[in-house]
Amino acid sequence: MLLLAVSIALSLSIGSSTISFADVWGILWHQLPWTDDAGNRWGAGEIAIVTQVRLSRVLLGVLVGACLGLAGAGFQGVLRNPLADPYTLGVSSGSSVGAAFLILFGYQTLLGEWTIPIIAFATGMATLLGVFFLARSRGVMQIETLVLAGVIIQSFLGAFVSFMVSLSDDVINQILFWLMGSLAMKSWADVYIVLPCLIIGLPLLIAYGQALNLFVLGERHAAHLGIRVERTKLIVLIGSTLLTAAAVSVSGVIGFVGLVVPHLIRLMVGPDYRLLIPLSAIGGGMFMLWSDTIARIALAPKEIPLGVVTALIGAPFFAYLLYRRKKGQEGLG
Amino acid sequence: MINVRQVNMLVGGRPVLNNVSFDLEPCRIHGIIGPNGVGKSTLLQLLSGVRKPSSGEVSLDGVRLSSYSRKALARKLAVLQQGGLPPAGFTVRQVVEMGRFPYQNWFGDEREDHSMLIDHALQSMGLAELSNRTLDQLSGGERQRVALAKVMVQEPEVILLDEPTTYLDIGYQVQLLDTVRQWQRQRGLTVVAVLHDLNLAALYCDRILVLHKGGIAAMGAPLDVLSEALIRDVYLTDVSIVKHPVTGTPQILLQPSP
Repeated sequence: MLLLAVSIALSLSIGSSTISFADVWGILWHQLPWTDDAGNRWGAGEIAIVTQVRLSRVLLGVLVGACLGLAGAGFQGVLRNPLADPYTLGVSSGSSVGAAFLILFGYQTLLGEWTIPIIAFATGMATLLGVFFLARSRGVMQIETLVLAGVIIQSFLGAFVSFMVSLSDDVINQILFWLMGSLAMKSWADVYIVLPCLIIGLPLLIAYGQALNLFVLGERHAAHLGIRVERTKLIVLIGSTLLTAAAVSVSGVIGFVGLVVPHLIRLMVGPDYRLLIPLSAIGGGMFMLWSDTIARIALAPKEIPLGVVTALIGAPFFAYLLYRRKKGQEGLG
Repeated sequence: MINVRQVNMLVGGRPVLNNVSFDLEPCRIHGIIGPNGVGKSTLLQLLSGVRKPSSGEVSLDGVRLSSYSRKALARKLAVLQQGGLPPAGFTVRQVVEMGRFPYQNWFGDEREDHSMLIDHALQSMGLAELSNRTLDQLSGGERQRVALAKVMVQEPEVILLDEPTTYLDIGYQVQLLDTVRQWQRQRGLTVVAVLHDLNLAALYCDRILVLHKGGIAAMGAPLDVLSEALIRDVYLTDVSIVKHPVTGTPQILLQPSP
């Protein structure tokens, strides 16, 4: 939590236009309603950069990261699959199909301001069901088959999104946004879309922490200890998909966050989901914040798509997990 | 205690249990035996309430299993399942603590502190020194003991054991069943065990239920049930039955065809 606060503070101060650390905090301080205007010596431009651009972006990054970290922990817990995350399961791409369709064809206010997250949630859920259907053989889902099904669906949906984008103007930037994700050009309105979903999703998953612990022992064990297995699975999957949809609606598809973060947390605090879930939210926020900061400044003033940064970190990590799993199996055999 | 009434069970469209009725007596060890694929594990799943019979009913203390909430049922009835625990990253103590789940509220709290109970379970299963090891560092036999300790802290009235001795060497087989029997006598528990090994069943069970062709071929004390004729009938193999020199229970000697 402390680390997150420090990260937010630092990240706020780093940006393509140079405003000093003290100035950033001075500006923020003077935004608080009870401070007087006496010490206000900053230009309107600087104030706008800090409050409208940076602060909202930093907060949005933290929220999106928290959503994806949580969703990853949820998917991994309920599927008992270390390789599961919103991206590898194709849920992110599924949500992006719905969101991209609405935005590109101008239907984003069909059902009010919640249109995009609702539709993204629906298409994300549908994708999850599709992946399960592909991966299931004789009632069981192999870990590798599930990921394979996720990858197949994800590339199909990614192509579909690109196709839809091609029909509209401003092609390249939009494709990049939906396939690789970005937090650029975002405003407070986006924060208010993600925040409520997180407020629903976080306590929901925390409440199921102990249930997910029992899932680690196997569904049968969990049932014998008094867990309603099917209901628990459904609720956690719905919650995780909701969080994914919220994140994707505002930031496009950002891969591997939900995969990397819960694993790193697990290495630090062990497998207990009661700790893992809240810490995955915090860790996800931090991971996203730093990834976005790198994306902003590495080639400043140009931005790298955020998904590029997370994939550069996440994909090797994914390979490492796969390798370790393979070695583990050989060890048993 | 547990009453099974006119239970029919279809698995994948195939009838497995056919109009089965029986009663389990309190404070006894019951063994379920029968050839492969006869539905012993299916029957145990029906008794545990995780599956519902296609028709008929199973009740515990006069109440249908399906009327209990899952947690209320888990406070009365615990299962030691086949295959034991997976090699997870939890410590032995954490896993044993999970046995208290049916007693915990939404926040994972209990009114009283049960660390004594958990210590005791770890002690009596010889796991005290291993309590901070993680499951993936244990052998299969050790994990089976952890599973039994978890069942212990669940403080049930009924324990169902699904082939508890599979994969254990004879030393651990006897140790495990000794522990179960000792515990059963202290607490007056009702135990139902699916067993493959007829000799172990004869040694430890007060009553034996023989499942054959979807129904009950025989039920009663081992001495009354286990006969050469019945074994030939059910398992299609000839055996000789002798008296155990120490315990006096029937023991079965296999007989290869000449």
